[in-house]
Amino acid sequence: MSKIIVDEQYLEIIEGTNLLQACLENNIYIPNLCYLKERKEKNASCRLCFVEIEGMPKPVTSCTLDVEDGMVVRTDTPAVRRLQRTAFQLLMSVHEVDCAHCPANKKCELQKIARFLKLGLKPKGLDHSLRELETDHDHPFLEYFPHRCVLCGKCIYVCKKRNGRPYLTFAGRGLDTQISFFGDKDPLKLPCAECLACTLICPVAAIIAKTDT
Amino acid sequence: MLKLKNREALNNFRNNILSKHQEKDKKLISLCAGSGCGAYGTEKVYQTLTEELAKHNLQDEVEIKLTGCHGFCEKGPIMVIHPEGIFYPQVKETHIPNIVEKTIKNGEIDKSLAFKDHITKKKIFHEEDIPFYKLQQRIIFGNNGMIDPTSIKDYISVDGYTALDKVLFEMTPDEIIDEIRKSGLRGRGGGGFPTAVKWDSCRKHEGERYVICNADEGDPGAYMDRSLLEGNPHSILEGMLIAARAIGSNQGYIYVRHEYPLAVKNIETAINQAREIGLLGKNILHSDFDFDIHISRGGGAFVCGESTALMASLEGNPGRPRAKYVHTVEKGFRQSPSLLNNVETWTNVPVIINKGADWYSRIGTEKSKGTKIFSLVGKVVNTGLVEVPMGTSLRTIIFDIGGGIPKKKEFKAVQTGGPSGGCIPKEFLDLGVDFDELAKVGSIMGSGGMIVMDQDTCMVDVARYFLDFLKEESCGQCNPCREGIKQMLAILTDICKGNGKEGDIELLEEIGGMLQKFSLCGLGTSAPNPVLSTIRYFREEYEAHIRDKKCPAGVCKPLFHYEIDPKACKGCQACAKKCPEKAITGEKKKTHILDRQKCIKCGICYDICKFNAIIIR
Ligand SMILES: Cc1cc2nc3c(=O)[nH]c(=O)nc-3n(C[C@H](O)[C@H](O)[C@H](O)COP(=O)(O)O)c2cc1C
Ligand code: SF4
Ligand code: SF4
Ligand code: SF4
Ligand code: FES
Repeated sequence: MSKIIVDEQYLEIIEGTNLLQACLENNIYIPNLCYLKERKEKNASCRLCFVEIEGMPKPVTSCTLDVEDGMVVRTDTPAVRRLQRTAFQLLMSVHEVDCAHCPANKKCELQKIARFLKLGLKPKGLDHSLRELETDHDHPFLEYFPHRCVLCGKCIYVCKKRNGRPYLTFAGRGLDTQISFFGDKDPLKLPCAECLACTLICPVAAIIAKTDT
Repeated sequence: MLKLKNREALNNFRNNILSKHQEKDKKLISLCAGSGCGAYGTEKVYQTLTEELAKHNLQDEVEIKLTGCHGFCEKGPIMVIHPEGIFYPQVKETHIPNIVEKTIKNGEIDKSLAFKDHITKKKIFHEEDIPFYKLQQRIIFGNNGMIDPTSIKDYISVDGYTALDKVLFEMTPDEIIDEIRKSGLRGRGGGGFPTAVKWDSCRKHEGERYVICNADEGDPGAYMDRSLLEGNPHSILEGMLIAARAIGSNQGYIYVRHEYPLAVKNIETAINQAREIGLLGKNILHSDFDFDIHISRGGGAFVCGESTALMASLEGNPGRPRAKYVHTVEKGFRQSPSLLNNVETWTNVPVIINKGADWYSRIGTEKSKGTKIFSLVGKVVNTGLVEVPMGTSLRTIIFDIGGGIPKKKEFKAVQTGGPSGGCIPKEFLDLGVDFDELAKVGSIMGSGGMIVMDQDTCMVDVARYFLDFLKEESCGQCNPCREGIKQMLAILTDICKGNGKEGDIELLEEIGGMLQKFSLCGLGTSAPNPVLSTIRYFREEYEAHIRDKKCPAGVCKPLFHYEIDPKACKGCQACAKKCPEKAITGEKKKTHILDRQKCIKCGICYDICKFNAIIIR
């Protein structure tokens, strides 16, 4: 067991546990969107789960660290909170906020983070505009909503894990990045109807079953 | 060519080449065939020169060498006649008969073709006396002008592969790494990471180790790596061979930018020659050491130069960076320990082994050793590639080597490090350029790009310009960089259009600060540099845009207009003649009038007026 201190709380954690996981399991919330416990190689792309650790010069992503004995962690410094707020507002600057008509309403990870950071869902003072994207809507079983997607990549991972290969991928670069379906769209060749793993893992409702639209 | 079986064979081979050089004692014409000079017409000059020499039956007495870049590309095509070192810039086919008649046959200098110094207006005849070269210390770049990059014999004749010989037969891997450590060499790809530390940690990880050369050079204004690839490719191979020996690797890759056809060609030729002669491949010089190098042509995205993105791209995957909590020296290319260094870093390695760490570490500053090649461009008289010891002041580089600012304008700032570098104002002109000093003033060494800006540059517009570039280069996987650059660009664009608001500067600082700390890779963490550095040093210029709706430099069109200063105007009509909109009228020797309604702010009158009578308001 490793003894660590998080926000002045003494915790005993199994050595080598993921730090973000350890905090979440002990009811210390750290905003996160791309973390998946079972994924070994964290992609650490949502850039929200920062914490400060004694002895480290800069804030670090907690999802990429393992617990080490004697670690002194702060999840709630004013500096980190401020950076998280800015980052979250940027994320929301391209989000189509329409909770009333959104299947994720009330179980949405973004709503949770907003509440936690004491922010509204609509960013203040930033240019709020949806990205101009061409999105493929031909998939026989799934519908994708790019203006809800936070590009966390969880759907790709679970799809690959479940089916041995991914039927989803990141497409486009930079501002045009989105999730796209790839491969044969012949319904008979797709495992999606029985799978729907992506729709279950999505922290927002950016991928849903066509039957739910 | 025969395979060199052992170190004696390499030595004999070298002695053989050298003795031939000496016995002929010929004149040597070195003609630059780098990309820069090539574009100005080296090919034609070369043809005419060959023909002309044949006409005078001199083809056996004079050797022509097509070399790589000499650095002074602006003055291309460049010709240097050895052994005297007579320098002719901007050589044209029509100059050739004179050069052959006067200089080659009679040993005279054709003064009309000689280089004219911009400041003293004096003609300078020898390469070594030209200020642009005189203040440089070309330990890496020097051989570029002396050797034919497509000839392995040329490289061997200038002590090429002696460092390899030394590490194979006289040094242990520990000793090699120790020598590099003592030299103080730091990576030239931007970060300045201590090279020996990287080698050492790569060596400690088990697996099939790879040695990789980063020749992506994504900064649009910098081309020192291209010049080394084109002009001295064997020195890169030798550096990689030495590292491979030190860390125990048998396979190397060069990831080279697709848009560099000549670089690819020359490095390919070099690899083939080295293989043929037995300096790459199995059992090199009978030392039981195997190493081979392959070329991979990168797609050309800026972010592909980032280490993890480069390795992903090398594997055939999209060039996206990954979080580096596991380092590439442990798990990089193909999940194996991978050692990545920049082109220029590699070329430093043989120099260190040959001349020794003691010699090398005497060059430079306490924490940044050796020289650095800078790509000097922008509002400066002499543009080109400049190699100087670390710690050389910006003033020396820009004013002494670069010849200062053209058209008697004032220096305003210099941006170092490529598109995500910071802008440094004139207060810091005496700053000795090295990794740490640049960081202290909010900029980076980066690629070694150096863009000089004069008084007519708007710093808000500069920040906007670089972010516009970076916006297209963000890979898009992480939110801070993807959305942060876009938002900062939107704010800057507004400010430049006159729609800036109170609070915009603070918002830029807020978003920029977040990018620096939260972005996943170096592109995002460095992207705010142009914005934050210009706010830090030119805040009043931002405020003028936002509060007074004025662009003091006269760049942002909605925020200024031109006027004629009646006290300064001599009524010369120069501006009136050139104005495309006929917005300026006036009789000779009488003060002219500028019609603001007609003026499209093209700036032609501003540039043309010799009396500074056109003013920005
Ligand atoms: C966005 C980005 C672009 C980069 N581009 C290059 C490049 O074009 N060439 C290069 O050598 N290093 C580049 N780097 C730095 C590399 O990631 C890496 O640090 C370097 O190649 C290591 O070699 P060095 O230790 O010899 O400097 C880039 C880094 C970032 C973040
Ligand atoms: S994803 Fe969340 S924040 Fe977005 S509309 Fe749906 S419920 Fe609202
Ligand atoms: S669709 Fe959902 S799971 Fe997939 S990347 Fe977007 S937000 Fe993440
Ligand atoms: S910082 Fe920019 S370039 Fe780097 S991973 Fe994030 S989005 Fe991609
Ligand atoms: S959860 Fe750590 S970066 Fe997304």
